[in-house]
Amino acid sequence: MKKSYGTGANRFDALKGVSLDVRQGESVAIVGKSGSGKSTLMHLLALLDEPSSGQVMIEDKDAKTLKGKRLNSLRNAAFGFVFQQFFLTPGASVLENVILPLKIAGMGAKDRRARGMEVLAQLELVDKAKNRATDLSGGQKQRVVIARALANRPRVIFADEPTGNLDTATGAVVEDILFSLNRDDGITLIVVTHDEELAAKCDRRIYIRDGLLVEAVAA
Amino acid sequence: MNVFSIIATAIKNTFRNKLRTTLTVIAIFIGAFTLTLTSGIGTGVNTYIDTQLSSVGAKDVLTVTKKAPAFSTVSGPAKYDPEASKGRVATTQGPPGSTIPSLSAADLSAIAGVKGVISVDPTVTVSPDYIEYATNGKYQLAVNNFASVTKPPLAAGAQLDYQASANQIVLPTDYISSLGFTSDADAVGKTVSIGISDVTGVQHVVTATVVGVQEQTLFGGGAGLNRQLTSELNTAQHLGQAAGAVQLVGSSTVRVDPNATEAQITLIKSDLDAAGFTARTVSDQIGTFKTVIDGIVAVLNAFAIIALIAAGFGIINTLLMSVQERTREIGLMKAMGLSSGRIFGLFSTEAVFIGFLGSAMGCAVAIGAGTAVSNALANGPLSGLPGLQLVSFTPLAVANVILLVMAIALVAGTLPAYRAARQDPIESLRYE
Ligand SMILES: Nc1ncnc2c1ncn2[C@@H]1O[C@H](COP(=O)(O)OP(=O)(O)OP(=O)(O)O)[C@@H](O)[C@H]1O
Ligand SMILES: [Mg+2]
Repeated sequence: MKKSYGTGANRFDALKGVSLDVRQGESVAIVGKSGSGKSTLMHLLALLDEPSSGQVMIEDKDAKTLKGKRLNSLRNAAFGFVFQQFFLTPGASVLENVILPLKIAGMGAKDRRARGMEVLAQLELVDKAKNRATDLSGGQKQRVVIARALANRPRVIFADEPTGNLDTATGAVVEDILFSLNRDDGITLIVVTHDEELAAKCDRRIYIRDGLLVEAVAA
Repeated sequence: MNVFSIIATAIKNTFRNKLRTTLTVIAIFIGAFTLTLTSGIGTGVNTYIDTQLSSVGAKDVLTVTKKAPAFSTVSGPAKYDPEASKGRVATTQGPPGSTIPSLSAADLSAIAGVKGVISVDPTVTVSPDYIEYATNGKYQLAVNNFASVTKPPLAAGAQLDYQASANQIVLPTDYISSLGFTSDADAVGKTVSIGISDVTGVQHVVTATVVGVQEQTLFGGGAGLNRQLTSELNTAQHLGQAAGAVQLVGSSTVRVDPNATEAQITLIKSDLDAAGFTARTVSDQIGTFKTVIDGIVAVLNAFAIIALIAAGFGIINTLLMSVQERTREIGLMKAMGLSSGRIFGLFSTEAVFIGFLGSAMGCAVAIGAGTAVSNALANGPLSGLPGLQLVSFTPLAVANVILLVMAIALVAGTLPAYRAARQDPIESLRYE
């Protein structure tokens, strides 16, 4: 896959030709320096963006053929996102934030609540359910974001710098949660990081530099 | 996201920035308040005229005049035309000082010859000096020249019988106690004397029977006289006139079958029109009046709508700011699989809800204030016009105002909603 931004003189090739495959149940780390194209690659894999050339195949189908409704429901049902900057809705409660993907999926209010409380229990946040999301600590916020990613029982979790904003101890807790989801529930994990320690815990590491894949290392 | 969640979420989002929403809602409130009130005045006045008309206007009586020639387009006095200029009479139709051609005997028989016309009477104006009952004192008598074409609501007794050979009079309620009757019903059947002076100043007395007592209406508060009494008074007031003198009449009263349908009356009118006459029922004449009121109300409504359009820009502004503020949230929802259509729906619903809030409050307050003012007026300055509610509200009119405002809000919401829907999830998530 290649990905360029802009046109003409402003054209910037963020990905200059990257080829990789991810198998179900794997944990993969995408490692590289800042600006190397990690987030760009993850967005392509998560079908949030389309490559300028090349293709993304998902279960042997070209993602380009997925349009509109099918693409939206795939992203909603199969993918979970954990972003570096949380992206929690300010003012809304923790529970409301967590059930957002369920609401988008069109689940009824009662079921939404039940499932929301279930994932909050899994992440030990039940007592914070009614708090405003913005009132939590950084580590708690990241757990809320993971709970939100889990709410729809996704098959793949995309995590962009999940521990980037956290201190080492809290970061370790979040890492444990993610790897236990991968180990115990078979959820495929794609982690973008520049943290070698975190990368080392993954089954596979993909190194990119300046938009090119430099090496792929299996554990 | 299902429709219910979209509505619930949109409503919740409306209250996220309370100050901003409140300010926008106030702008809409003012517009909706004004529009409800002005349309309420339109409804109130027109309803009053309609009820007055239905109780007053006789359907089977037409006022027929000779067709007036079209206004001269040349400035300055028109050239003398012996035919058109002969025997013009003053009229109360049109601006003060207007004249219309008088009706000749030939004209009257031409009118009588039109199919469907039962009778034609030249409309004569009588000016009696006084009215007196027994020896209770003389009072000035105002005559309602409209009497033959109207059927006013009665407090007692019966309507005038235009065919009766006896003199009949219908008195307004405010004459009753002055003339010395104990009640409205007491007056019915009593004989009153009417004094009238002829051209030489000699006073003649004509007696008439009170057949009914009428309520006050918008159209003339004077006494109604039947055909026989009118002609007897007319004869009396022209006594002493030089032999051969003609009395010019400008209009005539034409009666048609009381059971004639709307279509039949229209046909008679067009036949009269073809013969060179203008025929109008009371409702036609008052219709002109209603057109003026409708015009005034339309202008007032236009001002209210201008206010609402200004408020619409307030909505656009508010929502554009919300879209800007919620860029990341929109990106996140799109990343999580919410379609552009639903995002559009979310912001449109928010716009419509803001419109609903403003208009519902505006209408509610307008109804409260309008009703209070209207009641105060009805009991105070307007108590002389019983049944007039200056401002009145129909559920349909109020619903229309709310729907109109919601429609304006929906239109105003499209730009921000389109912006939100078009946002690229990646770009939104990168947004600082
Ligand atoms: N919309 C865009 N327009 C132009 N250039 C872009 C755009 N998005 C990303 N880029 C560029 O593409 C390159 C790769 O960006 P990307 O976000 O993938 O980096 P990254 O590896 O995730 O870096 P970091 O670790 O700092 O998050 C950067 O040089 C960035 O400036
Ligand atoms: Mg990045």
